Amino acid sequence: MIHITLIDRENQEHILEAPTDMGLNLMELCKAYELPVKGTCGGMALCASCHMYVLSDHALPEQSDDEMAMLDSAFFVEPNSRLGCQIKLNNDHLDGLKVQLAPESE
Amino acid sequence: MSKIVETDIIIIGAGPVALFAVFEAGLLKMRCHLIDSLPQPGGQLTEIYPKKPIYDIPGYPSVLAGDLVQNLLKQIEPFQPGFTLGERAEVLEKQDDGRYSVVTDHGTVHLAPVVFVAGGLGSFEPRKPPIENIGNFEYRGVDYFVRNPEDYRNKKVVIAGGGDSALDWTIFLADVASELTLIHRRTEFRGALDSVEKVMDLAERGKIKLITNAQVTGLFGTEEHLKGLNIAHDTAGEFNCDTDFFIPLFGLTPKLGPIGEWGLEIDKGAVVVNTEDYRTNLPGIFAVGDINTYPGKLKLILCGFHEATLACQSAFKFVSPGKKLSFKYTTVTGIEGLPQPETA
Repeated sequence: MIHITLIDRENQEHILEAPTDMGLNLMELCKAYELPVKGTCGGMALCASCHMYVLSDHALPEQSDDEMAMLDSAFFVEPNSRLGCQIKLNNDHLDGLKVQLAPESE
Repeated sequence: MSKIVETDIIIIGAGPVALFAVFEAGLLKMRCHLIDSLPQPGGQLTEIYPKKPIYDIPGYPSVLAGDLVQNLLKQIEPFQPGFTLGERAEVLEKQDDGRYSVVTDHGTVHLAPVVFVAGGLGSFEPRKPPIENIGNFEYRGVDYFVRNPEDYRNKKVVIAGGGDSALDWTIFLADVASELTLIHRRTEFRGALDSVEKVMDLAERGKIKLITNAQVTGLFGTEEHLKGLNIAHDTAGEFNCDTDFFIPLFGLTPKLGPIGEWGLEIDKGAVVVNTEDYRTNLPGIFAVGDINTYPGKLKLILCGFHEATLACQSAFKFVSPGKKLSFKYTTVTGIEGLPQPETA
């Protein structure tokens, strides 16, 4: 079990407990906590509704072409932007990861 | 006078579940007409991931999304469904004769006793950049699609985006517009290599103006029309650029859209149904596939197929009131197609 700190769009901090043996990704974890992450495309890196900023310096899986392409057409993109659905929670090293939800865009 | 389409079941959406609903309805001799905002059938499968393999369609160890759509279209051919494509179902109303009318944004009217809402994630609409006053200039200089390239003849045009459609339209409109500027947030373009090279070449030859590492942050103009835009560059700071048109091309994003305003019970962006037959709170209206929700819902194509099958059984009671339905296997009866629909 790892802990992830998530800052929502109202600047509220949430501590999320995540199992690392269930194949969950960060988008799914947010949905499980009923946080305002839509995950419209179901995790295929096709909608950017789980766009978030990584605030801690954890080593994360590299961006796939699909993720880069999606972030290319998303808005409010910063150098630390990631799609939550592409961050698999399968590693104890992710304990303490801190992320912030990006603003929602139409 | 707009066109009027009369049918047994109006299906809103033309994704895999909508297509399979035509098959199950056809077995019960019910005719279907599908409406979709996309210009081709297949929904997300065709629009977003035609080349992705799907592994959980029963009987197919693996099938490409695009191939599944082609197979479904072949499967429903005998039932001659009608299609209204490239139009968004806008208004749903109950008629005095008990039927529903569904009118599209192009004014096409559809009439039927039964409606299947199979809208998936909603209708695909252009992703709009978060510029505060962009709404004030829509159709007054801001276009999210290129409908008619001639609209831009001898005009100043700014395109924003880094994908294939931004590149393709830049290449095409370079010869049409009097001045063409392409603005992209990053240095690299993710479109087809060939298109990227063409755009670079156009920029080198001074045919277009290419501004990278920049974003459009504001728009200005009169009440009638756009006059120019504010650009924020990562290093050069902010500056203005005069233009007649701004075409932001950032892809499509699904939106629930008008379906949310039809009086259907909605929970978290999905239509609430009864799992007995996937009926909604409005009699004669069913919701199947990704757009519905119920306890235990899984957004899977195969679940949508089941939902559509059961919904058709109940739809029969609305289409042929008083008639009895006897359940038959296709292995026993085979497929008996429907005749060509009469055109109104």
